[in-house]
Amino acid sequence: MPENDPRDLPLLEVRDLEVSFPLAGEWTPVVCGVSLAVGRGELLGLVGESGSGKSLTALAVLGLVPPPGRVRGGHVRLAGAGGPADLLTLPLREMRRVRGGRIGMVFQEPASAFDPVYTIGFQIAEAVRAHHRISPREARDEAVRLLDRVALADARRRLGDYPHQLSGGQRQRAMIAMALAGGPDLLLADEPTTGLDVTLQAQVLELLEDLRRDLGLSVLLITHDLGVVAETCDRVVVMRAGRVVEEAEVSALFRAPVHPYTRELLAALPRLPSSPRGLGR
Amino acid sequence: MRGRAGAASPEPLLAIEGLRMEYPVRRGLLLRQQGTVQALAGVDLTVERGECLALVGESGSGKTTLGRCALRLVEPTAGRICFDGEDLRALPAGDLRRRRRRFQMIFQDPYGSLDPRQRIGSILAEPLEIHSGLDRTARAGRVSELLSSVGLAPELAGRFPHQLSGGQRQRVGIARALACEPELLVADEPVSSLDVSVRGQILELLAALRERLGLAMLLISHDMAAVERLADRVAVMYLGRVVELAPRETLFRRPLHPYTVSLLSAIPVADPARRRNRIVLPGEPPSPLAPPPGCPFHPRCPIARPRCAAERPPLEAVGEWGGLAACFYPGEMSGESVRNGREGT
Repeated sequence: MPENDPRDLPLLEVRDLEVSFPLAGEWTPVVCGVSLAVGRGELLGLVGESGSGKSLTALAVLGLVPPPGRVRGGHVRLAGAGGPADLLTLPLREMRRVRGGRIGMVFQEPASAFDPVYTIGFQIAEAVRAHHRISPREARDEAVRLLDRVALADARRRLGDYPHQLSGGQRQRAMIAMALAGGPDLLLADEPTTGLDVTLQAQVLELLEDLRRDLGLSVLLITHDLGVVAETCDRVVVMRAGRVVEEAEVSALFRAPVHPYTRELLAALPRLPSSPRGLGR
Repeated sequence: MRGRAGAASPEPLLAIEGLRMEYPVRRGLLLRQQGTVQALAGVDLTVERGECLALVGESGSGKTTLGRCALRLVEPTAGRICFDGEDLRALPAGDLRRRRRRFQMIFQDPYGSLDPRQRIGSILAEPLEIHSGLDRTARAGRVSELLSSVGLAPELAGRFPHQLSGGQRQRVGIARALACEPELLVADEPVSSLDVSVRGQILELLAALRERLGLAMLLISHDMAAVERLADRVAVMYLGRVVELAPRETLFRRPLHPYTVSLLSAIPVADPARRRNRIVLPGEPPSPLAPPPGCPFHPRCPIARPRCAAERPPLEAVGEWGGLAACFYPGEMSGESVRNGREGT
């Protein structure tokens, strides 16, 4: 692969990824031949229904496919200083530096992503120290800065709170702060707003867009909601039954969906034809 | 609803008046009562025969509690619940039980609401055993009939719930609710746990059944696709109160309450051209433990004024569109004005 200007390369490139699970003594592919690329500063949506393999694709990128599943083929390249590294062949010790370091993770269930017996501040500071050699006090200050960054009100006082003391929206903000702890280039956000009320969802989506703009982050946003994609993403990849069925610019996808499955998904969305925004058009 | 009583049926099927539900909050070693959570702070609503009223609002707004109170699955603190003219709270237990066949519930989680150790056929036959005089063979016939009416093969009667898909399970939940030919269905988030493409099918099914059987429905949902497909009227709830009540088209076309405007604008719409027009409300809904004085929405309201913090606006008819809103400045904030404001900046 020519590497004249690393800027031309996508930050993350997944090619021909295959993840299989043993079923009745045979490897059965659950993700088959998935290819996608996330550009620098790009917000890519990965859409599909449950079982489509979208979350498994993200887990494969991080080398976290749950056993007995296994990555059986493909490449996952993450652009870096010394050229792109194939994450699938990276030694575990280096992979650990990538997880939470170069790639930050935001999960759907912030309640279960935090350990209930430690304070928010302790856990975020721990994440900071996992990737930076700094003193506990500095890590704590960094945690405050991160919580401020995600606009959690009253950040310094929140450090001493346990996860259950935060509301759902606050927990999701704290989780995004923790994902930023390692100073990532790429954020993997798996259903980051599912389960949140729509007004809080709007806040979290706005936050992700702000982070992308201000920090130049790339975001891979995994969601089942094409509405969320329409509102935030640049490009979208639609998955079904372990395969990519459509990939397009967001505006093109919504204007003229090609695959019948995409059309089906679009038809299931609320149209609100007479919503207030439609007035006067 | 006042002034809307049809000539054919003067009495609404379900009339809820002044419904309050308070839960005591106990804390500390002695579990002394520390206060009360107002899940419902005085709600008046009606559901006409054959009508679908949708309750929308965010978590904690009291919509699920309202649905449960309406069927007397929980006992409200105060208020009247009249079903077909009879106050359900005043009925003796035996009479209430006999009435139950006339109002049924569809639950959000089709797995949790089906007994995993019962076959589908026996799940559907149970309400018939209790409420109908049918013998065993007639019940079996009715079970097949119910399964086909919700689009399932009668052979599924021999299966267990775990052998069905989520969509099929929800169809069983619907069939069970229909078993005794109720007049009112309370559907609490009937499609929220389903995948998008299955949601459409279940909504179609509910719409078709409603049309065929003339069912009245109380639809509790935060899913606007469901509301759009099924509802005749929509009640928007915030912190235990109805803040807006209007016919569906009116509500979507011309929302009056600032909360409704914000809620509608926050719903992701499949149109990339519309992005950035959403109104992002600051903060989160206040705790129902300590509801703010005045209008419950004023701390987050973009157009709040001093009066809103001092007085609580009553739910009143606004304009000629047939809507009610609990706001001193209804219609002042519209999606249009917000959009123009945003584009101007």
